[in-house]
This record gives sequence, structure tokens and C-alpha cells, in this order.
Amino acid sequence: MSAGSTRTGLSLLSPAFLVMAATLLAPVVALVVMSFWSQSGFDIDRSFTLKNYARLVEPGEGVVWYGIRFPFAYPVPAVLMIKSLAMSFVATICVIGLAWPMAYFLAFRVIRNKAMWIILLTIPFWTSYLLRVFSWKIVLGFNGAINSGLMWLGMIKEPLEFLLYNPVAVMITLAHSWIAFAVLPIYVSLEKIDRSLLEAASDLGDSRWTRFRRVTLPLSMPGTIAATLLVFIPTVGDYVTPTLVGGPGGMMIGSLVQQLFLRQDNAPLGAAVSIVMMLIIAALVGLFLWLIGYARMRKRIG
Amino acid sequence: MRRVDLLVLYAVFFVLFLYGPMLLMPLFSFNDANFATFPLKGFTTRHYTGMSANTSMMTALRNSLLVGTAVSVVATALALPAALALTRYRVPGGGAILSFMMLPLVVPSIVLAVGLLVVVLRILGIPLSLWTVAAGHLMLCIPFGMTVLMSRLEGFDRSLEEASRDLGAGGWGTFRRVTLPLAAPGVISSLLLCFIISFDEFVISFFLTGTDNTLPVFLFSQLRFPNRLPSTLALGSLILVGSAVLVILAEILRKRGVASDNPGDI
Repeated sequence: MSAGSTRTGLSLLSPAFLVMAATLLAPVVALVVMSFWSQSGFDIDRSFTLKNYARLVEPGEGVVWYGIRFPFAYPVPAVLMIKSLAMSFVATICVIGLAWPMAYFLAFRVIRNKAMWIILLTIPFWTSYLLRVFSWKIVLGFNGAINSGLMWLGMIKEPLEFLLYNPVAVMITLAHSWIAFAVLPIYVSLEKIDRSLLEAASDLGDSRWTRFRRVTLPLSMPGTIAATLLVFIPTVGDYVTPTLVGGPGGMMIGSLVQQLFLRQDNAPLGAAVSIVMMLIIAALVGLFLWLIGYARMRKRIG
Repeated sequence: MRRVDLLVLYAVFFVLFLYGPMLLMPLFSFNDANFATFPLKGFTTRHYTGMSANTSMMTALRNSLLVGTAVSVVATALALPAALALTRYRVPGGGAILSFMMLPLVVPSIVLAVGLLVVVLRILGIPLSLWTVAAGHLMLCIPFGMTVLMSRLEGFDRSLEEASRDLGAGGWGTFRRVTLPLAAPGVISSLLLCFIISFDEFVISFFLTGTDNTLPVFLFSQLRFPNRLPSTLALGSLILVGSAVLVILAEILRKRGVASDNPGDI
């Protein structure tokens, strides 16, 4: 390609890039800068300080949460971070476990009406996240569908109070909200598998199960890993689900960020919490990819 | 044969799980009661009839339509040249730029929202309004528009464009008379999907809106009042149906467009 066409390419790309720089890069940079400022009364003190980060790890009496000690003077962020990671982790495992067979069905069993099935799975992903979460409030609520249904059937006398406003409700809702999103990447990697490889495995004497374990499953890994990350990363910082179905016990780190910014008016501390959250997620994702040998896998499968 | 049956059964349950909770909303919205409870009392449309008289709901609807339309047009107009650049030209660092632009798909929206809030309030010092909401939505929509358009642009035969150039058409002529008509299904699908994203988006709107509510922000504010549950259910049902229709339209357009030129490709 000539230099001229490179220049045309750059000039075609630059408007979108500039808008993204202004609306995505600038906010992230602003958050980083803000996290080194501090709140004093109603004003922001713009002199450089590490105070916000120090506050997150400042030693103190601490609390014990599920047998884990958090020896910090301000343990809320640390507890909520661990709790959010754990809840997202469980939700992600459920999502992948439930989405995988569906993707397999779509790739290997559906022959006609494939587009219809894909649209059927896509619609929930595109419809309002807020409404999807809200619908679980209707399902699980004190005056909700499950409670009133069971009472109507005479199976319980009093509404069950443990359904809504707890971490389990949050995890169910998260899993449900993201499950449609996870099917597609797994499906794509299964669909791409060269069917002659499967025939070769059978011809060479593999049983169906061995063939699945040694050919299909490894070849589906890029899509499965992509789905895992696409679900895990955004759910850690989710705000809508814990707010609507979590109650006080189901709070997550996203709720804390919102409170620090809008209610407690401590934006610098909120910025520091956001930055630390993103760094921890990035580190965990990097560790995960390194542990499973993602680079090697990509080279092999391509 | 047993294995096949089990998988089909699983798929049916999967779809039921996916749609079940969401379908309760329209179900209860036609129920003649003030709570979302079983047993169903009787059929009524009374929760829907009062809607047009609710001025704050209508204002929120108008705001959402306005922002959604503007955002979908601008995002698609920006995404189309960018998608062309990344599929047709050699752009240095194109892969890295693309990864950067796809970040809104993985960064939690609360982080994007508070980051934008800091930029708008502390750095630019401009008041929150529908404009700031639209800026946030633009950031969310451009990556989706680019994904849709890039797959469309990669989907059709590039020799058509080469033929056009060989026959003497310039870059602009080729774009207008060959590339754009072929990319049209992708463009329409990008417009529709960007509109839905903006119309349904809550977190960024919640943080970046001033006194003007968008429909999801209005809906959220209603959730606090138990006595407004029926009208909230009715509104939610209408939003669900509206989004579903638009998604089906966008997906059919996208699939049909790709399938017609490139059989066997999804």
C-alpha cells in the first residue's frame, strides 16, 4: 500500500478516534488525576497526594468477613472488592456452565433456522439491562411472583424473605443478565471447528467422549475464554444489579463508587477506588491468561 | 438419539429461563391488581390508558427519542469511515486503536460514568444536560457501530470495489456507488442498534443527566414508589416490546445482507 492510502486511512479513522479519545480516554485520565487530589470540605484540594490510596490500605482494627480478616482502618472497599470478585466469579462460572451446552447445541445440532435461534438469543442481550434486572425483583420480591405463587398453591404460609436482597439474588440476576452474551463467542469458536478434524478423530478410533474431550473442547477454548472475560470483567463493577436486588447485604464495589461520588461527596476517594478496582481486574485477567497459557494456545489454534 | 433429545430439551429450558422473568412484566401489566402477584385477578388495560396523560413520562420519552436518534446518526456517521479505514487501508497501529475503541465493551459502565462526570463537572465546568448524556452514549455506541460495519465490510467481495476503480471511478465515486450501497444493511443495522443502546442505557444517563430525565432514569425513579408499580410495569413492557422489534429488524437486515453475498457465512 502506498503512503497516500495510509494517510487516507488515518484521516478516515481520526474523527471516530478523536471522539473516543475525548469521551473514553479523557475520563480515564481524569479519574487517575482526580485520585491524586483530595477532598477538603466542599472543595477539591488540587495538590498531589497519595492520601486516597493510603486510606484504602491504612492498618487498623478491621473487620472479619466470612472468616477473612481485613485489618484496615477503613475496611469497606477491601471487603466489597473481595466480595464483588467472588460474586462475579461464581456468576461467571454459572454463565459459562449454562451457556456452553447451548452454544454446542447451536453449533452442532441446529441445522435449519439457525439465524432464528441466534436472534432469539440476541434479543435479551439488547433489551434494557435495567428492565432485565427489575424483572428479577418481580420474581423474587416479598410480594413477588415466587412468593405469591407458592402461597397461592398452598405450599407456604408466609412469604419467604430470603429470596431477595442478598448476594445469591445478585448472583442469579447477574448470571441471567449476561448469559445470552456468553453463548455467542462460544458458538462462534465451535462453529469454526473444521468438521473433518472430528471425522478424523472418529476414524482413528476415538470414542465420542474422547473426541469431545481432546478435539472439540480444546478447539472451543478461545471462544470460551473470551466469553469468560466478557462476563467477568463488567460484572465485577456492576451497579444496577446490586442496587435493585442486592439490598444492604448484596452491595458490591460499584455501589460504593456511586456512593462516594454522589452521596458522600468524596470524588477523589471514589476515583482511587475505581482505579484500584480496574487495576485488580486487569491483574487477575492477566494472571488467568498466563496460567492457562493463552499465548501458546493462540499460536497453536490461530 | 437420546443425546440429541437431551440437548433439545436443554435448549428449550435455556430459552425459558432467558425469557421467563422478562415475560412476567407484560403479564402483570395486564393484571387487574396493584401488585405483581399470583393468582392473576383479571384482564385490564387500565395501567396503559393513563400513560399519555403522565407528562413527566412523556417528557422523558421525548428526551430519550431525541438523544437516541441523534446518537445513532452521529455514531454511525463516525463509525463508517473508521470501519472503512480499518478494513480497507493499512493504518499503522490499527489493531491497537481498535482494541482501545472496543474498551467500553469491558470497562464497567460505572467507571466510565464517574470518569465522564469528573471531566464534565471538574475540568470543563459545563452543566449536566442531555448533551452530556449524548456524549456518554456516543462513546458506548461507536464500538458497536464499528463491529457491525466492519463485519459487513469484510463480508462482501472486495473485487467489486477494485473493478469500480479499474473502470475509472475515483475513491469517492467508488464509495458512493459501490461500497455504500453494499454496506447499506450494515449501516441501517448500526443505526438501529445504536438507537437501542442509547434508548435503554441507564447508568451513564443516571450520572450525566441534569434535570432532564431519559426514560430509563425516569423508570428507575418510579421503582421507589410501590403504588406506581402497575404503571412502571406497563411502561417497562412497552420498552421491552419496542426494543425487541428493533433488534429483530436490525438482526434480520444484518443476516440477510451478509447471507445474500456470502453464502455459508454467519
